[in-house]
Amino acid sequence: MKNYNPIIGMEVHVQLKTKSGMFCGCKNDPDEKIPNINTCPVCLGLPGGLPVANKKAIEWTILLGLALGCKINRFSKFDRKHYFYPDLAKGYQISQYDIPFCYEGKIETSYGPIRITRVHLEEDTGKLIHGTVDGKKVSLVDFNRSGTPLVEIVTEPDIFSSAQAKEYTKKLRQIIRYLDIGNCDMEKGGMRLEANISLQKEGEKTLPNYKVELKNINSFRFLEKGIEYEIKRQKDILDKGETPTQETRGYNAEKNITYSQRSKESAADYRYFPDPDLPPIRINDEWMNNIKENLPESIDLIFKKWEKDYQIKKEFSELIFETNKERLWFDELFKLIKSEGLVASALVNLIIHKKLSINLFKDDYKVIIEKFKKLTTIDEIDDKMLIEIIKKVLIANNKAVLDYKSGKTQVINFLAGQVMKEIKKKVDFSIIVKDINKCIQNI
Amino acid sequence: MKTNELTLKKAINLLEKKEISIDEVYNDTFAAIEAKNKELNIYLSIEKQALKKAKKQEDKPLRGLPIAVKDNFLTQDLPTTASSRVLDGFIPSYESTVTKKLSEAGGVTVGKTNMDAWAHGSSTETSDYGPTKNPRNPKYLPGGSSGGSAAAVAADLTIVAIGTETAGSIRQPASWCGVVGLKPTYGRVSRYGIVAMGSSLDSPGPLTKTVEDSAIMLNFMAGKDDLDGTTSQLPVLDYTKNLKKGVDGLKIGVCYIDHPQIKNKEVAESTKKAIKTFQSLGARVDMIPTSHNLEKDKVLSHEYAISVYTVVQRAEVASNLSRYDGIRYGADRNDFGKEAKNRILLGIFGLSNIIKKDELVYEHAQKVRSLYIDNFKQLFRDYDLLISPTSPSYALALGATSNDPMFGELQDMLVEPSSLAGICGISVPMAKDEKTNLYLGLNIMGDYWQEEKILQAAWAYEQVNKII
Repeated sequence: MKNYNPIIGMEVHVQLKTKSGMFCGCKNDPDEKIPNINTCPVCLGLPGGLPVANKKAIEWTILLGLALGCKINRFSKFDRKHYFYPDLAKGYQISQYDIPFCYEGKIETSYGPIRITRVHLEEDTGKLIHGTVDGKKVSLVDFNRSGTPLVEIVTEPDIFSSAQAKEYTKKLRQIIRYLDIGNCDMEKGGMRLEANISLQKEGEKTLPNYKVELKNINSFRFLEKGIEYEIKRQKDILDKGETPTQETRGYNAEKNITYSQRSKESAADYRYFPDPDLPPIRINDEWMNNIKENLPESIDLIFKKWEKDYQIKKEFSELIFETNKERLWFDELFKLIKSEGLVASALVNLIIHKKLSINLFKDDYKVIIEKFKKLTTIDEIDDKMLIEIIKKVLIANNKAVLDYKSGKTQVINFLAGQVMKEIKKKVDFSIIVKDINKCIQNI
Repeated sequence: MKTNELTLKKAINLLEKKEISIDEVYNDTFAAIEAKNKELNIYLSIEKQALKKAKKQEDKPLRGLPIAVKDNFLTQDLPTTASSRVLDGFIPSYESTVTKKLSEAGGVTVGKTNMDAWAHGSSTETSDYGPTKNPRNPKYLPGGSSGGSAAAVAADLTIVAIGTETAGSIRQPASWCGVVGLKPTYGRVSRYGIVAMGSSLDSPGPLTKTVEDSAIMLNFMAGKDDLDGTTSQLPVLDYTKNLKKGVDGLKIGVCYIDHPQIKNKEVAESTKKAIKTFQSLGARVDMIPTSHNLEKDKVLSHEYAISVYTVVQRAEVASNLSRYDGIRYGADRNDFGKEAKNRILLGIFGLSNIIKKDELVYEHAQKVRSLYIDNFKQLFRDYDLLISPTSPSYALALGATSNDPMFGELQDMLVEPSSLAGICGISVPMAKDEKTNLYLGLNIMGDYWQEEKILQAAWAYEQVNKII
């Protein structure tokens, strides 16, 4: 039995949440229930339909590339990728072949850095629905999704475990949401994961001579489990002295297994060539600068800053905001809180534990700060004055005192409440209870 | 004179002055269609509501006049087949930009004209609905692929027509049918809503009885279209405004007539006559030698253009036809004709085979294509216009295409270099054979966006060379 190291590269597809389609004016709405309603001659692939590129989608792809530390191709183009499938309206997908918008980036994980090979832009396909109509088994096509802008993020084979793959994809989703360019709703297909997995014998330097593509995974957990299964499957084959077949495999969540789908096409089979309908794209300095202006500070930097300035732990920061817009809103709030000598991390604690609810962008900062103060500030009270008030309350509630003495100890909460009413200040509840106890004993 | 025989300009004038009525125009046109369409096989479908539609258009510039539309323009009410059984009975859900613009200008689509299936050809003989015959002499081909539109104009089955050219598909049938055919610069006229053929080459344009009619039509067809990213932002001129400016002082270069493949003596002779005509109109005319290398002041031989065009256009065809996958349009993929199948296979070959290290056949062809672009750019630094015969011969007899897979390329060889470069050109009748009643055309080419200049030259030539 030999030892093997998993070598994993990932391809992740993410739908962009632009208002309209990648190459047409149709509404981009992943929630649309009525089939084939957000369609036009272009995304239906009707004769004569011509694509016109969505500028916003291009800008967002470049923005993502910048956030991942990529270099940007100032000259880029779209290519046609040919294959046959009933949900592919034109018989080809408009994608990017040899000149993606972004290349050579990097993403940090706790296991080490992962190099980003490229980030490119393409169009999504329609969706096949298999069902029964009038007792007949049919396959239907819904073209609503056809032409949705889709970015593909490809990594180098720098991932060495299922846990790292999971961390990488989660972090990628965090960045995309932070940039506010995609919902990454896994269940609706807003983010789709693919892993290229092979095993390398321990001590070997060269990449294995095969790879297995695990495709269309729609949850982080399934990704982790699918990779685990694949590592075991491949190990068994290698242990027998055989080489796993180069192929595309799917993941069956119910059985927790992977299964063979098809053998992998090579680039030549796709007959890529530049789409003559779409003029090449030149990104001049002005355009590039405009895009760069929309690039927020890196999310990792924000986590570090908040930790340093406000002692907010990264795990908590991750829970309270997703988008940069939300982050900026909190930034302002934290600044105000700090300026008033209050503790921002305490506020974050209350928010996370749902003790203080806030409406982002809607609530006035002052109102939030007031609420926060009420919840946390403990008023100073003179000991003598407190004892006097307690005595007064005990006299006025003689029956309760007797109840307490006869063993109904829970009545003390009622008495403490009465004291709180009288002092009209926020005093530590436990002190009041302690003092009431003392007074009753003395009676 | 019947009103269907009028030019567009004349018909507009007479309608404006109320000397004729739009009813008369349609009565005459439909009578002519009734009399000749069966024999000539020009229209695949007829708009029966044309007159009714025209009556609502009378106050617009084109006055409701009939336009014959090649069957690859999508028309909302009329079947659109591109002359292929694969699209048999297909009625589009939307209208092409060009027909929409023409309708907004007062034009009415009177019918859809026959063409080579998918515009693959130069004869209109490869239509799945049978060949169109040349109205000048029905034993002969009309040329193609816009043969139906050229024939409709020549036979007066319409006032004007529109077609599309990928390489010669407007100019060559215009030449063979003795009408005017204008291929605008690639990107001057929108391709939206036209069944795509060679997407980097397709240029819609008019086929008309006179040069002036082409200028009027281009006024309404040209312009930026938000639905076609390859259309130009450049402003559209009023091409009729300076139409009569003449060619005095212009420098004109003559291409290709020294080539041995032009076997028909009359072609070279009538081109020489055209040279004299231009000289008499005040232009300076030089012969430009043909070269097999890219050389200054020489025109790059059209022979490579045939190879380049064959590779590039077939690749785009193979890609563009992949949407007709047998699932959505009713017809099976077996309904593709022989020519389409040939082109798909050749296209796939060019996109999946390597000619030399890491270079696809297709990529190599695109590199050679750029040589033609460089060649024309250089020549247009010295010349205002370039002229050549449109076609190396008169119309060929029906049946000439059978067993000749390169038929179209050979007929179009003199216009293919200009199509590959994307520049504009116009074919205007040059000579007529009194025995056969067939025509030759003169191809006047201009630099990018110089439609005004080629129309001016064609108009000046047409006034002197009255052969129709």
